[in-house]
This record gives sequence, C-alpha cells and structure tokens, in this order.
Amino acid sequence: MGEFLLVTIQVDMHDQLALILQDDLTKAIEKQGAKGVLIDISSLEMVDSFIGRMISDISGMARILDAKTVVVGMQPAVAITLVELGLSLTGVATALNVERGMQLLRRALSESNDDSFINR
Amino acid sequence: MTTVSSTGELPLRNEHDIVLGRQAVRRMAQELSFSLVDQTKMVTAASELARNALIYGGGGLLKWAILQNGGKRGLRLTFEDQGPGIADIDLALTDGWTSGKGLGLGLTGARRLVNEFELDSKPGAGTRVTVTRWK
Repeated sequence: MGEFLLVTIQVDMHDQLALILQDDLTKAIEKQGAKGVLIDISSLEMVDSFIGRMISDISGMARILDAKTVVVGMQPAVAITLVELGLSLTGVATALNVERGMQLLRRALSESNDDSFINR
Repeated sequence: MTTVSSTGELPLRNEHDIVLGRQAVRRMAQELSFSLVDQTKMVTAASELARNALIYGGGGLLKWAILQNGGKRGLRLTFEDQGPGIADIDLALTDGWTSGKGLGLGLTGARRLVNEFELDSKPGAGTRVTVTRWK
C-alpha cells in the first residue's frame, strides 16, 4: 500500500473495540508516516451513531496528522439508515469501492505535493 | 387487533450485550422477511436504544415480541432500565441534545427509524422505550 494504510472492518464491533481501532489507527499513521487511510466498511451491516462518530473522529484526527481518510464500500441500506438517523458524516471523504478510494487518495496526495503549503 | 405470537428477552449489562441484541434483532427481522433496509433500520434503532439503557440507565433489559395484526406482522422491542429516568422528555427528544458525551441522536434518531415509538420515564423510576416496525 506504500504511503497508505488499509483498514478493513469485518466484525460487528462493540464500542470499546471501535475506540481501540481509533487509537491503533492514529498511532499507525504517526509511526508509518502514512499520507492516506482507506477504511473499508463493506462488511459492516450497520453503522449507528457510535460507529459513525468513530469514523468522523478518525477522519479528523488523521487530517491533523496530515493524512487523508477515505471510507469505502458502505452498503446502500447502511447509507439510507445513517442519513435517516441524522448522521451525514460531514467532512468524511467516501468512495464506492477500494479501487476508487485509492484513486481519490493518490489524487489528493499528488495535489498536496504540488502545493504542499497552500492546500492542506 | 394486534396479537403477540412470541416473546423473549435479553439482558443489557455490557457492550457485548448490545452486540448480541443487535444480532438477535437482525435474526428476527430476517425471519419476518423485512427488507434489507428495514432490517438495518430496526437493528440500528435497537443499537442506539440498547446503548442508552446501558450508559444512561446503568443497564437493563431488551424485551422483544413478534406481532400479528390482520395480515401484517411486526417486531416490537422494549428497552427497560431502572436508571435515574428522564426529567424533561421533550428536551430528550430534541435532535442534538445530550446529557452525556453522545451526539444526541440516539432517541431522536431511533424514533425516525421505526413506525411506532413510545417513551415512558419519570425521574427516579427508570426509562422504558418501546419501538415497533411493521413488515
């Protein structure tokens, strides 16, 4: 994955596990100097306000650590439910699948290399 | 007239019980042939309300009932706790308001995800939230 971290969430996480993931991931960004984080949630059958907030928080923390986060693979039923619940994941970049998410990260990275002080 | 065809209950003592509750609700919604979107809505509502019972009520009980009304079948979930209760129910049902660290979407969000929603609470007497979704 080079400069990117790929996280695939494959279990129905209890809350503490979601917080541990958030913690581990921010540490990994720092340790590896990752410029991008791809979170694959295609296996998640539900995103409630707790998981939704974790995704937003990871995205915000990663940004402060100079990494871009893209969430990929959200199931349509999950997206519909999430919006009705009242969570729109404002500020979180999303893509349909891993491939498009990677494209998004590569593009963002090449843009930030062009004008690294202006656009971050 | 609504009749109850089967019932059961699950404890809500810790975060693992929230996961088990979600999985049980998913199974029942599947058995009732709910659409995938309706399954997801009911499971998500259950997750929010189970977490509320745990965090604000200090734990409690998830009671479920399979309902029959004419040709319609539905799933009713009741979340009960013996916690401090809710002093101002109108405020608690306001989007974005929270007494804790949450986003304030649990109750209001869950209400939007179901067909019927009922909240009974008195300060000192615990909280009971009942939600129903029909096929």
